[in-house]
Amino acid sequence: MIPAAFEYHRASSVSEALQLLQRLSDAKLLAGGHSLLPMMKLRLTSPAHLIDLGRIEAMRYIRQDGQTLAVGALTTHWEIESSQLAHSTAPALAEAASRIGDVQVRNVGTIGGSMAHADPAADYPAAMLALDGQIVAESPRGRRTIPSVEFFTGIFTTALAPDEVLVEIRVPATSGRTGQAYLKFPHPASGFAVVGVAAVITRDGGGRCTRARIGITGVGPAAYRPTAVEDQVTGSTLDEKAVAAAAAHAADGVDVNEDLFASAEYRAHLARVFTKRAVLAAAQRGG
Amino acid sequence: MKQSIAVTVNGTTHRHEVEPRLLLVYYLREELGLTGTHIGCDTTSCGSCTILLNGQAVKSCTLLAVQADGADILTVEGLADNGKLHPIQEGFWEEHGLQCGFCTPGMMLAAVQLLARKPNPTDAEIRHGLDGNLCRCTGYQHIVNSVMYAARKLAEHHLPAVPPSRRTVKAP
Ligand SMILES: Cc1cc2nc3c(=O)[nH]c(=O)nc-3n(C[C@H](O)[C@H](O)[C@H](O)COP(=O)(O)OP(=O)(O)OC[C@H]3O[C@@H](n4cnc5c(N)ncnc54)[C@H](O)[C@@H]3O)c2cc1C
Ligand code: FES
Ligand code: FES
Repeated sequence: MIPAAFEYHRASSVSEALQLLQRLSDAKLLAGGHSLLPMMKLRLTSPAHLIDLGRIEAMRYIRQDGQTLAVGALTTHWEIESSQLAHSTAPALAEAASRIGDVQVRNVGTIGGSMAHADPAADYPAAMLALDGQIVAESPRGRRTIPSVEFFTGIFTTALAPDEVLVEIRVPATSGRTGQAYLKFPHPASGFAVVGVAAVITRDGGGRCTRARIGITGVGPAAYRPTAVEDQVTGSTLDEKAVAAAAAHAADGVDVNEDLFASAEYRAHLARVFTKRAVLAAAQRGG
Repeated sequence: MKQSIAVTVNGTTHRHEVEPRLLLVYYLREELGLTGTHIGCDTTSCGSCTILLNGQAVKSCTLLAVQADGADILTVEGLADNGKLHPIQEGFWEEHGLQCGFCTPGMMLAAVQLLARKPNPTDAEIRHGLDGNLCRCTGYQHIVNSVMYAARKLAEHHLPAVPPSRRTVKAP
């Protein structure tokens, strides 16, 4: 399978990428290419121009910025998976990275590409929602920060404007009695999430939950936060019965995806089961 | 418009003008004649097109040749040193790691990266590290044994898993 012909442009900086994006019509940004190239090979998309971000080394970093973990958009899944800093400050993000596809895919695919692509079965979106992460985008109008709850707007759709480049992912560093977990039921063939659930659970000294944030991917047209579950978990003692009762609402009000592998009913069931497990795992890790 | 690229493959630097849409696997097979890198699925699933790009295992059916400009590539043809098999090749030979052999080049390169990252892998770590490579013949057990063999051999001889680039001949 061979993509349709296109013109290739290599950007050496974010500002050059922004200029190219401004100047060329029908252009697409290329990061790892592990979502874009398969689509181009199938001719699901045939852009006239590709702007390769791959050489912008300044977009590839993982660093602590005060109480925040900052990850450059071009950082690969493998770099996140193997980062001590990512594991200690945002374990759910590192865990999500380690569960993506296979080793070869993780060596090439980038967090910026995954977020911008917004596949309804992608892993990071669940973690980003549970972590209250932010997305930093740059355009000729300057920089803006988008909260993850506002970022995923629908199937393969985000709040990014056509002239924006996603430059950074920001996640608050974990602190205190907070535990995190990302659990996934991978599709046996593609490896994508049939269901993926991230949970970030904070407890008080007595073991009661003071704050619960949950992100679910694979289930609806875009990743979402099951706020009914969060509300019911908050204040509970996080015993299995209470968590199971709360998790029963994991797919409430969601237009649940359906495919050859998983019916909507089965997927909703998996969402409830994995929500329960993720909350319990996070609670346990929080101590 | 064609793009000029320079790629070092198995120690030899090649310069070509390529169409931007040319996939790396076709560049290796058709421009360079290195047909040891196979195309199985052409959809990033099977891993038979796996090569090492700057030391990292990647699926060359889902990269553009222009993305590899300036890179150092290792393909199966570069594993042996002057006719002497790399320990991973020896492992596949000794432990019966292949039947039809179609998946083998990709398996071996994924295994080389695995051994570079984890010189002393467990059975489970080997299976996880070869997750992106499918084999329709062996049932995988003999492949795992082959990687174990290579791990022992590399440790015994204090060898790096990724062989150093041997030739530095510049193509005209
Ligand atoms: C076999 C296989 C299995 C996979 N399994 C999983 C899985 O289990 N879970 C999962 O989450 N993902 C999976 N993926 C997808 C993978 O994670 C991709 O790497 C990722 O979705 C896209 O990242 P990329 O860097 O390759 O982006 P690209 O493919 O280069 O780009 C994707 C899209 O994002 C845009 N884009 C890229 N970078 C930016 C930026 N900085 N700013 C604005 N727009 C940008 C591009 O224009 C394009 O539209 C799999 C992919 C393959 C091939
Ligand atoms: S041919 Fe590249 S993964 Fe199958
Ligand atoms: S030996 Fe035949 S596919 Fe692996």
